[in-house]
Amino acid sequence: MTSAPVAAAPARSVGTTPDRPAGSIRRRQRLRRALTGWAFSAPYTVLFLVFMAVPVVVSLVMSFTDLRSTDLRNPFAVNFVGLDNYTRLFSDDLFLRSSVNTLVFVVIGVPLTIVLALAAASALNSSLLRFRALFRVGFYLPVVTSIVAIAVVWRFLLDPEVGLVNNLLRVVGIDGPSWLFDTKLALPSLIVMAAWRNFGFLMVVFLAGLQAVPADLYEAATLDGANRWQQFRNVTLPMLRPTLLFGGVVTGIGYLQFFEEPFVMTQGGPLSSTLSVSYHIYNQFGFGNYGYAAAGSYVLFVAIVALSVIQFRFLGERK
Amino acid sequence: MTTIDRGVRGRDRVAKAVLYAILSVGLLVVVGPFVWMALSSLKPEGEIRSVPPTWLPETWTLDNFRDLFSRLDFPLYFFNSAFVALAVTAGNLLFCSLVGYALAKLHYPGKRVLFLAVLGMLMVPGMVTFVPQFVLVSNMGLTNSYAGLILPFLVGPFGVFLMRQFLQSIPDDLIEAARVDGAGEMRIFWRVVLPLCRPALATLGILTFLASWNNFLWPLVVASTEDKYTLPVALALYSIGQNRTDFGLLLAGAVVVVLPVLIVFVLLQRHFMRGIATTGLK
Repeated sequence: MTSAPVAAAPARSVGTTPDRPAGSIRRRQRLRRALTGWAFSAPYTVLFLVFMAVPVVVSLVMSFTDLRSTDLRNPFAVNFVGLDNYTRLFSDDLFLRSSVNTLVFVVIGVPLTIVLALAAASALNSSLLRFRALFRVGFYLPVVTSIVAIAVVWRFLLDPEVGLVNNLLRVVGIDGPSWLFDTKLALPSLIVMAAWRNFGFLMVVFLAGLQAVPADLYEAATLDGANRWQQFRNVTLPMLRPTLLFGGVVTGIGYLQFFEEPFVMTQGGPLSSTLSVSYHIYNQFGFGNYGYAAAGSYVLFVAIVALSVIQFRFLGERK
Repeated sequence: MTTIDRGVRGRDRVAKAVLYAILSVGLLVVVGPFVWMALSSLKPEGEIRSVPPTWLPETWTLDNFRDLFSRLDFPLYFFNSAFVALAVTAGNLLFCSLVGYALAKLHYPGKRVLFLAVLGMLMVPGMVTFVPQFVLVSNMGLTNSYAGLILPFLVGPFGVFLMRQFLQSIPDDLIEAARVDGAGEMRIFWRVVLPLCRPALATLGILTFLASWNNFLWPLVVASTEDKYTLPVALALYSIGQNRTDFGLLLAGAVVVVLPVLIVFVLLQRHFMRGIATTGLK
């Protein structure tokens, strides 16, 4: 890795000798620069190719085969099956169920998270506020903690018998439901938990966006007699559009892949009501159906790209 | 003081009170569960299950933690988590700063393609690479080994993006001046560029360490025997296994997973915020 710059060092002194033709010097310099660039990029690029780029391609190829875990020692038993995995996916009740669950998670979860984050960011951006750092650190706390630990805590909080939530409800005379064991409430519970956990990240992003809005825009709006809500609608939101877009795309990509929450809290149940696409793929991988799992992961990939494109259309620059 | 002034002040005071009230309730809802977790982990199992619940433990006890560290192998899981996270962080800092420097400051063919490939990788869900990565690692004979836990995470798209963004803000003149002084490229990188990158390296280091510490899916499938479990894997498997109703033990486990992160976060929080601001807005 260090050899390229060392070898290149004499070339520099040669390059300054006046009797060399200019073209060959330039060619040499260009070659030296290319070698240096690649020497710096090589270690990363090799690892990137082996562990990321090639697997992306291999995954696509796999999705057209009937590869199973038992075939790993005997690659010749693997057959190309065309689009079979994909057609099977779309007649697989569990996959369809998990797709609907994932869609609900994204369609409700992303706006909920954005609204919470925007509200918190606006409050923290107020000039009236002191102890801003305290609130910011507090709201950000769940973002940095392990989802597994959070899931354990929430499972305990939502326990129908001894959980804190139902105990608090009991105080005001309400007989709380059995949140995670109820087919109607389990997924909404996970959505609320995800919003609770993730809004802190977007809050910090939005706060930086809010602080970048020029103050004279607000002054002008005040002179025009706009109240706080009108200022928010007509100054803040338009100025924040790129930041909101970023937040929506990033959160959407994350939520489309939700997995740990149901894994630790509900194991996808009750009655598959919290089974996500990632969880279904993981299960298929666990059963040894590698080709089928790869096909599922590509459907998820396409969904992620589609969601990002839709959001760019909706929230992107308008002329 | 005019009456108008006083009116505005009064309105400000109300607005301020409302603001603080809302934020405080929010803070309680967000931080409350963590406090509840910590307090409950110090209660005996019977008290955890008492209705109505107690806030502060009536009987303070470290039994849950004692169980965790003697009956279960949590010290080893802790070591595994820390070792893997440190190795992953070191790899990311080195490789991402090298390639970030090349992408930001050097000119060579293929650079654009490389950067686009890295950017594109940001959109690829983990599940897509997951199966081939597992096949690759098991063909290399690395399942259930530290190498298998570490290698696939030594490089990532995010770190390159962060380092390149930051390095672009370093003036070319500095590098050019060192070059004129006859310094080799490697020397320029170590002596001139890297010291200037300290803020970006701090951000990348913390974010990578945390991501690795909290990583779950990969160690779950690669670590097949208990001696290679990381903390989240151990906690998750205990919480769905035979200990699933053993809340005292599980909450103590959660405390062990969360506490180091909490300390690092509170001490270094400005690096987090800066990292988000630089990656989120540029």
